[in-house]
Amino acid sequence: MDITSVISKKLFFLGFLFLILALLVTLPLYIQPYLVILLTTIFMYIIIAVSWAIFSGPTRYISLASAAFFGVGVYTSALLGKILPLPAMIAAGGLLSFILALFIGLLTLRLRGMYFIIFTFSISELIRHFLLWWETNRTGTVGRWVVIVDHVVVYYVILVIFMLALLTAYLIKRSRFGLALRSIGEHEEAATHIGINATAVKTIAFAISAFFMGAAGSIMATKWKYVDPRIAFDPLLSFLPVLMAIFGGTGQLFGPVFGAAILAYLEEILTTKFPYYYMLLFGSILIVVILFLPRGIAGLVQKYWKGGLRRQNANP
Amino acid sequence: MRILEGEKITKHFGGLAAVHQVDFDIHQGEVVGLIGPNGAGKTTLFNLISGSLPTTSGEIRYKGKKITRLKPHQICRKGLARTFQSAKLFAGMTVFENALAASLFGTKRTISVPDAEREATELLEFVELSTAGEMLAKDLPIGSRKRLEVARALATKPELLMFDEVMAGLNPAEVTQSMELIMKIRNKGITIFMIEHVMKAIMNVCDRIIVLHHGSKIAEGTPEEIATSRTVIEVYLGE
Repeated sequence: MDITSVISKKLFFLGFLFLILALLVTLPLYIQPYLVILLTTIFMYIIIAVSWAIFSGPTRYISLASAAFFGVGVYTSALLGKILPLPAMIAAGGLLSFILALFIGLLTLRLRGMYFIIFTFSISELIRHFLLWWETNRTGTVGRWVVIVDHVVVYYVILVIFMLALLTAYLIKRSRFGLALRSIGEHEEAATHIGINATAVKTIAFAISAFFMGAAGSIMATKWKYVDPRIAFDPLLSFLPVLMAIFGGTGQLFGPVFGAAILAYLEEILTTKFPYYYMLLFGSILIVVILFLPRGIAGLVQKYWKGGLRRQNANP
Repeated sequence: MRILEGEKITKHFGGLAAVHQVDFDIHQGEVVGLIGPNGAGKTTLFNLISGSLPTTSGEIRYKGKKITRLKPHQICRKGLARTFQSAKLFAGMTVFENALAASLFGTKRTISVPDAEREATELLEFVELSTAGEMLAKDLPIGSRKRLEVARALATKPELLMFDEVMAGLNPAEVTQSMELIMKIRNKGITIFMIEHVMKAIMNVCDRIIVLHHGSKIAEGTPEEIATSRTVIEVYLGE
């Protein structure tokens, strides 16, 4: 392959990305509000899945704290939405999640495997129950009203957060920081012995991933108008992004994007068309994917694209 | 000049003293062997020095400065690198990336990516793995894995390199190759501290040998002294 064909391929790819972007930006002009709202939800899942994969993809630490970070964003909007302008509110949601993740990271990232998974899950549950207790016993209310924002504005904000998350994931993947994360995932002990400060690297990556989840929660709160701890810290928001990212494949940047897009759309179709069998169908699809596509959709595409079948290993 | 000193190093696992009151020192430019029967505490001592395990008591000094409480990555950045008994490579990364990561993070000062890439390439050449750069580390045969671990340790630019059974599992030809590699590393001015069971290698390569048994140091001396030492023969042959 000569240089010109590499450059033209790159140009083609950039042009393609630009086209998609232009399409996404202009979409609300010619589609129904229902579709805009559906797209907003799909992008919400994509953001959570992509940011989850920023940390958990390379390090292989399965975090189930997504709901905690998302919920912190939601509650930030509920509490500060009336005081702060919209961009500041979203940044505040992201920042508070970032700070929470730093604390959780320093506390828990010495745990590994199952212990880490359970602990991160417990953190979200702890926050949810604490808030429920606080609201019922201290303020005497359950839930809060959130400032209302037009659904098209919500869509654009979500789109911006999505692009920032994707860009961040891309930059991290290509950077030395990304290499450190992968080394930790491959062999943490060896990584520390070649000079990688594993605790610091993991904590920062965890916090960066939490930032986007918090920002997404912050804007989604305005779409729901009313939130309570059960909605804000819904445990499904911890599980679904993990499944979506694994479904799409965490090895590639676009894996979690496609995984989340497909599953979120599928969820919408199944809940509207087969409300009674939705969970059953959804679960079956996931089992099939995890059994037969261990590296997700991205892994499958890569396999056929690059003729990966030719390269078989003696030690898989 | 003493590059590494240990003073009354002790490590207990529960009631078991895996390493007990061990004193040692290693001088700049030396090749020192660490031998002893299985379970003697050799790898535990390495783990204590490299920061994998905290000591129960005692003090380890690197270039006169205490390193006993430091984390592994801090010790590595001071210039003390190690390999592992069972090669602990980044299995899903390429051979080149394995070396590159060490080159990028192994030193105190920040290094630019092109410089690190150049270093990684040179080191793969040095251990004769330059043709395998794009292979995944997990696809390497055992001999190459061991060499890649050496390259990765070298990429952190150590002044003292600790080998934990770098020759285990190698065939006789590879052992000879490995001995040559150790001499090449020594000629770069790097001090070597090595655990090894291959006696031919230990006797030929080392300037000095330390013998551990049940966690205690029972002998120390030149290869000739160790080979003729009554205590060492008793421990190994069970006389």
